[in-house]
Amino acid sequence: MNLTLKVWRQKNTNDKGKFETYKAENISPDMSFLEMFDVVNERLIVEGKEPIAFDHDCREGICGSCSMYINGRPHGPNNGVTTCQLHMRSFKDGDIIVVEPWRSAAFPVIKDLAVDRSSFDRIQAAGGFVSVNTGNAQDANNLPIPKNDADESFAAAACIGCGACVAACKNSSAMLFVGAKVTQFALLPQGKPEATQRVLAMVNQMDAEGFGSCTNTGACSAECPKEISLSVIARMNREYLSAQLFAE
Amino acid sequence: MSKLDSKIPEGPIDQKWTKYKSTIPLVNPANKRHLEVIVVGSGLAGSSAAATLAEMGYSVKVFCFQDSARRAHSIAAQGGINAAKNYQNDGDSVYRLFYDTIKGGDYRAREGNVHRLAEVSGSIIDQCVAQGVPFAREYGGLLSNRSFGGTQVQRTFYAAGQTGQQLLLGAYSGLNRQIGLGNVKMYARHEMLDIVNIDGKCRGIIARDLVTGKLERHFGHAVLLCTGGYGNVFYLSTNAMGSNVTAAWKAHKRGAMFANPCYTQIHPTCIPVSGDHQSKLTLMSESLRNDGRIWVPKKKEDVEAIRAGKKKGSDIPEEDRDYYLERRYPAFGNLVPRDVASRASKERCDAGYGVNKTGEAVYLDFASNMKYKYGKQVATLKGIANPTEAQLTEFGKEVVKEKYGNLFDMYKQITGEDPYEIPMMIYPAVHYTMGGLWVDYNLMTNIEGLYALGEANFSDHGANRLGASALMQGLADGYFVIPYTIGAYLSKEIGTKAIPTDKEEFAKTEQEVQDRINKFFAIKGTKSVDYFHKRLGKIMWEKCGMARNKEGLEWAIAEIQKIREEFWKDVRVPGEANEFNPELEKANRVADFIELGELMCKDALNRNESCGGHFREEFQTEEGEAMRDDENYKYVAAWEMKEVGNWELHKEDLIYENIKIAQRSYK
Ligand SMILES: Cc1cc2nc3c(=O)[nH]c(=O)nc-3n(C[C@H](O)[C@H](O)[C@H](O)COP(=O)(O)OP(=O)(O)OC[C@H]3O[C@@H](n4cnc5c(N)ncnc54)[C@H](O)[C@@H]3O)c2cc1C
Ligand code: SF4
Ligand code: FES
Repeated sequence: MNLTLKVWRQKNTNDKGKFETYKAENISPDMSFLEMFDVVNERLIVEGKEPIAFDHDCREGICGSCSMYINGRPHGPNNGVTTCQLHMRSFKDGDIIVVEPWRSAAFPVIKDLAVDRSSFDRIQAAGGFVSVNTGNAQDANNLPIPKNDADESFAAAACIGCGACVAACKNSSAMLFVGAKVTQFALLPQGKPEATQRVLAMVNQMDAEGFGSCTNTGACSAECPKEISLSVIARMNREYLSAQLFAE
Repeated sequence: MSKLDSKIPEGPIDQKWTKYKSTIPLVNPANKRHLEVIVVGSGLAGSSAAATLAEMGYSVKVFCFQDSARRAHSIAAQGGINAAKNYQNDGDSVYRLFYDTIKGGDYRAREGNVHRLAEVSGSIIDQCVAQGVPFAREYGGLLSNRSFGGTQVQRTFYAAGQTGQQLLLGAYSGLNRQIGLGNVKMYARHEMLDIVNIDGKCRGIIARDLVTGKLERHFGHAVLLCTGGYGNVFYLSTNAMGSNVTAAWKAHKRGAMFANPCYTQIHPTCIPVSGDHQSKLTLMSESLRNDGRIWVPKKKEDVEAIRAGKKKGSDIPEEDRDYYLERRYPAFGNLVPRDVASRASKERCDAGYGVNKTGEAVYLDFASNMKYKYGKQVATLKGIANPTEAQLTEFGKEVVKEKYGNLFDMYKQITGEDPYEIPMMIYPAVHYTMGGLWVDYNLMTNIEGLYALGEANFSDHGANRLGASALMQGLADGYFVIPYTIGAYLSKEIGTKAIPTDKEEFAKTEQEVQDRINKFFAIKGTKSVDYFHKRLGKIMWEKCGMARNKEGLEWAIAEIQKIREEFWKDVRVPGEANEFNPELEKANRVADFIELGELMCKDALNRNESCGGHFREEFQTEEGEAMRDDENYKYVAAWEMKEVGNWELHKEDLIYENIKIAQRSYK
């Protein structure tokens, strides 16, 4: 199939950036969206032009690197998948596809479609852990955990840190991402002792990074490739409120 | 004396580590703060090592090329991690894990290292649970296990099909805690492009800031390479796009020996190649072989009907199916080790029984276990005495979904087919590299102060790695081995002050890196980096892949030399050095892959035997099994580079005192 791409090109963080139009020709429906980009880039290189920069690594939906805003939706038209898992069979011959980077003040563009998400790492460093040093942990089975709690914790821990939730939100809120981490630990006995400090530290860091506030529109969860549930935000709010009470 | 001293401690195998550990000199806390350790790589090996060393008080810097430490390739591991916990009471023990690993590696790994790995395996699980890693659990709240290939016990711990992700996020959380405390400085989007040796010791690295393109010099009293495997030399593999050999290769070019480069793991269950556009291959976890049965049709006419789209796998009656693994290896059945399973698939496909258009696919079928194993179990639990077929399918589906849901979804995403309804199609693909930098028992390379951990070293898996053992090894190296063994070196370094990076050796190495980058841009050729990478990959796959022979390898070596020459004349690297430039990154990596490819073929040519993942067609039994030559090849082949294209072989003899070596049998 043949497609027209309108792609955001921006040389670096300070450049203003603009859309450029490219033809993607002879695209097989079995290709992934990123493989279609490979074809376009290969041609640009041979023609002596600059290929389009984008982040990617695993190409199987788990590393959270890929991050394209496709036709107005983070990771494109399908639910529950990342950009790298999107296949061209989801498009029609002749389609015009608009591709932009994540847009958020907390995710400055590095080049073209690649953005800086280090703010996510700083939020994790503020409190996304259990303070346990290596060595001397007790036997793993000394701490039975009800299967439902373990499963629910796992569901929250499935977040890949891609940032689609932020890109989807009109306020650029990172509540789904932060809520997922808080929820993973809140459901486990290992996470309990530090629950108060954790939620306060992570939320403070989130605010400091310039993410917006949550107005409960739910776009984040709807666009999340791992389908992280909105309930993690509710849980984080509860944890935060009780932590504030504690703190005072 | 040989240049290779493995430094395996004396004494009985089960006491070597404990005794040795307690004799390693300690470094007092005040001195630790002045000792700087560079960790390149933030996968399981790198993150666990960095977090632990920082907890102990060392000053640590961590580098990774992704935009976050959490995105290291370990994140993609699916199936699980082994540990000799014997929670299932099925007779597992440290000795059994040790034995299975040595046998699985076709008697080409070191006893001392492997026993240590088995000894610390249990602590890994304890540590991960303490960090809040949400492993799968049973209804009683205890940890759940499953089986992987090459074993007859259930010792694999898992978190659905996302075990690597959960383990890495655990290690990453430990790393983050140390970053927050100021004990680790993190350099994401940085690529190490060389090591700096001063007076025979490794004292730092040259790294490129991938956003600004600037070259940086970093000093360390010790440098740990935790940079993963080099499967991408084949272009198509299950590795992430960025996985590469550059860090290890640069160390190799500066004197570190590269061991057993030809030992490559071809994983039996991957989604088959669908076309030329393909950029990578996707693994379907080995855990699927717990419940999936592998088969091809017995009759050629069925094969043809399937290829023509006239029949589906599910149309073939039971008696016309050839469950060839169950037929050839009744004791282990579908759970034979990977090398054995892959070769068996190739044998059937080469004989003309492949079930897709390209003839390179076999079935992995869940229908019978879904219905009759799980469906029945659930029906019984629900108290339904005579369940209908539809009920059985429905109940079974639920169980299969819980166990493998994300893998089934992934398969459907890629192929457009629903594996709950029709059997999966799979074919072997490059997955893991057992070879890597040569290290001694301390995980130190032959360059003092330079270490290699995780997939980047060669030490524990011999000629074939068992499933779920890479995660175990990465975390063993990082959490439980290096924190002790590094003391043997650093305790002697407490008097060494940080070396200023304006010293001549730093400047000279940086200049060499800069020269190479300039050279890329100066070529202004006509072909993209991928063009060369694909050509290299095809040669490697065809001549140095699942089956190898003398003639093919000799041809490949000549051909790869030609590619190298052409690459340096005709590659085109667009853009500039001082900017974010993914094509430049690729060019750097592919240039190294080309040199490595040649060495892999030379190593494969040198090894006139078949063992594990290295199958030389000239050396097989009548039944087509690998035929080792213990008399002549029971050694680690460690290669020293003299110049590009010219290596000297050093041999480290392997000594088996605790395991009787035998022909591997899974029948
Ligand atoms: C799809 C898949 C599934 C797997 N499933 C399993 C499984 O179920 N069980 C199992 O035991 N094993 C599994 N494996 C194998 C296992 O995942 C890997 O062997 C293991 O994770 C490697 O970990 P590592 O820490 O050594 O390296 P990696 O996780 O590969 O990390 C390498 C790190 O080095 C960095 N790096 C590399 N080069 C440079 C450089 N030049 N400069 C700076 N940084 C650099 C990278 O940024 C990265 O942080 C699987 C592998 C694949 C491909
Ligand atoms: S919550 Fe979902 S969308 Fe947000 S970072 Fe995590 S996986 Fe991505
Ligand atoms: S490239 Fe890893 S999630 Fe898309």
